[in-house]
Amino acid sequence: MIIEIERLQLYYGAFHALKNVNLSIPENNITAFIGPSGCGKSTLLRTLNRMNDTIQGVRIEGDVTIQGRNIYASDTEVEFLRKRVGMVFQQPNPFPKSIYDNVAYGPRLHGVTKKADLDALVEQSLRSASLWHEVKDVLKKSAWSLSGGQQQRLCIARALAVEPEILLMDESTSALDPISTTKIEELTRELRQKYTIVMVTHNMHQAARISDRTVFFLNGEVVEASETETLFRAPVDQRTEDYISGRFG
Amino acid sequence: MNLPESRSTADPAPPQTGKIAKHHLEEWRGKAYVYLCVLLLVVIIFSIVVFIASRGLTPFISQGVSIKEMLFGLKWAPEDDTPVFGALPFLVGSFSTSLIAALIAAPLGICASIFMTEIMPKTGKSVLQPAIELLAGIPSVVYGFVGLSVIVPFLRHTFPGQGVGIMAGAIVLSVMILPTITSIATDALRSLPAGLKEGSYALGATRWQTIARIILPTTMPALLTGVVLGIARAFGEALAVQMVIGNAPHIPHSLFESATTLTSIITLSMGNTTTGSLHNNALWSLALILLIMTFLFVFIVRLLERRVKRS
Repeated sequence: MIIEIERLQLYYGAFHALKNVNLSIPENNITAFIGPSGCGKSTLLRTLNRMNDTIQGVRIEGDVTIQGRNIYASDTEVEFLRKRVGMVFQQPNPFPKSIYDNVAYGPRLHGVTKKADLDALVEQSLRSASLWHEVKDVLKKSAWSLSGGQQQRLCIARALAVEPEILLMDESTSALDPISTTKIEELTRELRQKYTIVMVTHNMHQAARISDRTVFFLNGEVVEASETETLFRAPVDQRTEDYISGRFG
Repeated sequence: MNLPESRSTADPAPPQTGKIAKHHLEEWRGKAYVYLCVLLLVVIIFSIVVFIASRGLTPFISQGVSIKEMLFGLKWAPEDDTPVFGALPFLVGSFSTSLIAALIAAPLGICASIFMTEIMPKTGKSVLQPAIELLAGIPSVVYGFVGLSVIVPFLRHTFPGQGVGIMAGAIVLSVMILPTITSIATDALRSLPAGLKEGSYALGATRWQTIARIILPTTMPALLTGVVLGIARAFGEALAVQMVIGNAPHIPHSLFESATTLTSIITLSMGNTTTGSLHNNALWSLALILLIMTFLFVFIVRLLERRVKRS
């Protein structure tokens, strides 16, 4: 288990957003978080790289352990944590820089300066995000000139360039067209060989198609977590069954 | 789907056209009013420009002053037997005070806006922003007065010279243009898409790295727009500068010696001239130069805005 979440409570001011979450996430696996809007799935995802730190009024109790280390311990370096736990957002958010500089941004932050090293990292990351063949001749062009799907794959390449172990994907295909979505889904399946992927999705079919494990959230609680096959074929909890059969949400 | 209802709408058809006619009338009235306002605005601006240009160009066209003399001449002696109109000292004074003011105010204003948006957004919005807006509301005579009683004595004691001069003018102006630069920079930083910052943090960037590598480069054209508007304001400010600059019509040897600007020479001399005289028209020429400079600043701002839109 690469990620262990124990007795996690999270509050936005007075609002109790995550209620006693206990969850283990295995390595080199795709884990999908599903559930209706506002159920806390994105919030939990954002506790894994401490992106919630930037929001005012968030209070967290409990333990989140990644590779045996509590990431909420006082000696945790948040920047180093985020280098190991990459994130891809819902809206593609490339920087207003060239394609090359977007991918090189992370490595440069962490001290890679030699051009040859950067070149190699950029190529390798773009290949891993299956974007290299489309952009290898236009690396100096603005990233904002790419299509939405290409921009999202660029954001994946950018996240891979800092050599993370875990990749968090927060509804990363919900702003994309079906063809781009398929490409990213295929890419996610490939990336699973090398990375642990945790994704939030609004789309149950997407979870069923590509994830190995699925976690169902409702009102800030984990209702059910199991192998994707099991969860969709034979859910244990009545609420899970109601949700996946479309009776609410 | 509900047929009875759709049938009943068939007979009140005539009143409906009456309603549309009323809409047309309202639409027409609104349009006429808006067009009239715009027309008035255009006429006013156009007449001001034509008026200043016609007065300001007279010395060059019919009164024997050369443009070269005006722009590069060092001596301003309008009441001599053979009057000379060299406005270079005023140009130097105007440019140096505004540019130095911008050099002082730009880093302060931009840093203040970063603090207000990135570091303490709550305090920034509730305490600092009103304070800075208040700074914009202080009348320029008050700035001049404070400059005269605080900055000028300070400069006199600290540096060689009388204290009055370009440096004193620039310091007063820098405080006056600080609100312009700060509020434009704050708007620019606030309008930055949150996704960009998050993207940077998610890659393990510190706050400072995010500010230096993402926030500042992305908003640079907008920040520069604020600085240029600040310079434009400083360039056109008359009263406060006039009170602290000393008003000597020559190019000073240091920043702490008496100098003057285009605006202060106009305000100081205009009461002593008669309409239509060469001296009076020469002052209009200075006004024309100010106007052209303002156009230039607006043009630069437009260029920068186009860059913002492209990125």
